[in-house]
Amino acid sequence: MSANQPMSRWVELGVLPVVNLLVALLAAGAVVALVGQNPVDVLTFLIRGAFGTPRGLSYTLYYTTTFIFTGLAVAVAFHGGLFNIGGEGQAIMGGLGAGLVALWLSYSQPAWVVLPVMLMASIVFGIAWAAVPAYLQAYRGSHVVITTIMFNFLASTLLVYLLVNHLKPPGSMSVESSVFGPSAKLTSMRDFLGWLGRDWPASPLNISFFLALLAAVGVYFLLWHTRMGYALRAVGSSANAAAYAGIKPKHQVMIAMGFSGALAGMVGMNEIAGVNGKLLLEFVSGAGFTGIAVALIGRNHPIGIVLASVLFGALFQGGAEVSFEIRGFSRDMVVMLQGFIVLFSGAMAYVIAPWVNKGAVSLVSLLSRSRHKEEPGASHG
Amino acid sequence: MDDALIGALLASTLRVSTPLILCALAGLLSERSGVIDIGLEGKMLIAAFTAGTVGVTTGSTALALLVAMGVTVVLSWLHGFACVSNSGDQVVSGVAINIIAAGMTIVLGIAWFHQGGQTPAVSAEVRLLTIMPGLVAKLQGIPILGTIVGEGLLSHNIMVYCTLLLVPAVWWLLYRTRFGLRLRAVGENAHMVDAAGVSVKGMRYAALTLNGLLCGLAGSYLVLAQNASFVPNMTAGRGFMALAAMIFGKWHPIGAFWACLLFGFLDAVAIRLQGVTLPGIGEVPVQAIQALPYLLTVVLLAGFIGKAVAPQALGKPYLKER
Repeated sequence: MSANQPMSRWVELGVLPVVNLLVALLAAGAVVALVGQNPVDVLTFLIRGAFGTPRGLSYTLYYTTTFIFTGLAVAVAFHGGLFNIGGEGQAIMGGLGAGLVALWLSYSQPAWVVLPVMLMASIVFGIAWAAVPAYLQAYRGSHVVITTIMFNFLASTLLVYLLVNHLKPPGSMSVESSVFGPSAKLTSMRDFLGWLGRDWPASPLNISFFLALLAAVGVYFLLWHTRMGYALRAVGSSANAAAYAGIKPKHQVMIAMGFSGALAGMVGMNEIAGVNGKLLLEFVSGAGFTGIAVALIGRNHPIGIVLASVLFGALFQGGAEVSFEIRGFSRDMVVMLQGFIVLFSGAMAYVIAPWVNKGAVSLVSLLSRSRHKEEPGASHG
Repeated sequence: MDDALIGALLASTLRVSTPLILCALAGLLSERSGVIDIGLEGKMLIAAFTAGTVGVTTGSTALALLVAMGVTVVLSWLHGFACVSNSGDQVVSGVAINIIAAGMTIVLGIAWFHQGGQTPAVSAEVRLLTIMPGLVAKLQGIPILGTIVGEGLLSHNIMVYCTLLLVPAVWWLLYRTRFGLRLRAVGENAHMVDAAGVSVKGMRYAALTLNGLLCGLAGSYLVLAQNASFVPNMTAGRGFMALAAMIFGKWHPIGAFWACLLFGFLDAVAIRLQGVTLPGIGEVPVQAIQALPYLLTVVLLAGFIGKAVAPQALGKPYLKER
């Protein structure tokens, strides 16, 4: 039995993410204990805060929505062999696009005109902000990681500039645009379910949640059931082999980053059209980076990403609740945990995975031996 | 423009550039050995927090510096363990360090000091103050000499001058010593270095150790010289700006030094130009000047003003053939 035995699918998709998560939780738990708090208490409060009440669940799903968008954005780029750190900037631009349309149309046009145009604008702005680094990577040889980092800063500076100098109503002290008209407001989940005769607590959760789920399904079909997705993944696994098969890697860089930017841009629909109803600073607040953790723990698969987004949504919502319950507990514990997850399931993937695989393989052989059935293929099931 | 303004601009440029230079040199040493370092920002933040915490609790400058540098060296080794020893993704590892730093400094800060993540201010004895106050005072009143030389050049703390000395030192280390030759070679062609009988991992860990030491200094500077107490997210993108400066300086210590001075100068000017109308241009938006370092770096990377060529083996894990 060699250490480099290929990993079975169920281990890679089922066991490994759970083990990575547990290791990260242990590390975060150690820090919780270090500052003199009880990790078990924290976890209990956290789970109760995230899922214990309809209101908590609703907030969890609101965070989930944003993370599905940014997680999918990172994953699509990953499948194309690219690391898009620019989700943050692309999401800012998406929100800016949606916000500009809302400021322009929301007082003169009905919702069925304004909202689709806002969606289009958030997508187009997101694509535009990803397309420049993509072009520079594909045709000018500069590294997409560095350029997307720079574009994050450029996006936030641009947003500050526009808000301070042009969009802020004169005389206003806070750096925000004026409030949009009602036709730019995405239906809240409370109203939507109330319309169907169901009771639901008031929360920021809105119907862009369905848009996120739709995007996950769309990404699944794009990547595994279309010619375009095949070409994209081919370039991601081996650009040279793909080029030999007649696929142009440079085009695929543009396509992968384009989809990635579009997905990140749609964050604007949730945060600007769904929740805030005006343009403001810091509406993305790190969600682009959370997307990296989401994509890593979700193994870059839409189903995994939706599940991982629920996990992170629960952590953010639950973490906020815990900070009310326990004195001295900071919500940023969740940010730290997110960092540990990126560390253990991303950077240290080659440290943990072989151990997990070895353990799983020996467990399977142990089980099959105890059943007195020697199946040689059991470990590859 | 009067000499008082020039003196003040010179002084603030040097003050702002110092942590950038330290951080850019740190990134440069790591990247020239072939290890991408996105985690500069996070390491600097943790160093600032550590220096603040140790400075407040022990009241010793030396201890604050040493512990901060120790912590960042450990973080650099963690980066090395993930990417050099185990061929993990270097960008992902750096991102992890940044996120962990952003969260952990606030978590520990709130738990230990109960001031919303801030540390109490370190006392004046712990802080690094101007080293020649007498001379600056004596020069005051003399035109040009008093403002430009006195205020602008001589009014700084010891770390500013040490940083200015570190630039030629790093250049000498990289370009005039056997160690530097090997470090650069390992970043260009690791197989060749291995064939020559030098340990690739050893060289990369050595580079990361130096990287950690410099990041520790950069972070400590923010608390011991600039701000007196640690504030959540006080690095505010300086690590990334240092990364940009390193690239803008084409992975060369002297180039990176000038890039840091330029970015520091832009920062100093941006603060002063707030609400000022320039003849012929009108009011320059502060954000445009703040965005300039990033914009310039992108333009350079795109090959429109010269060409920045990264070390050949950058980001590639080395697997020894068996």
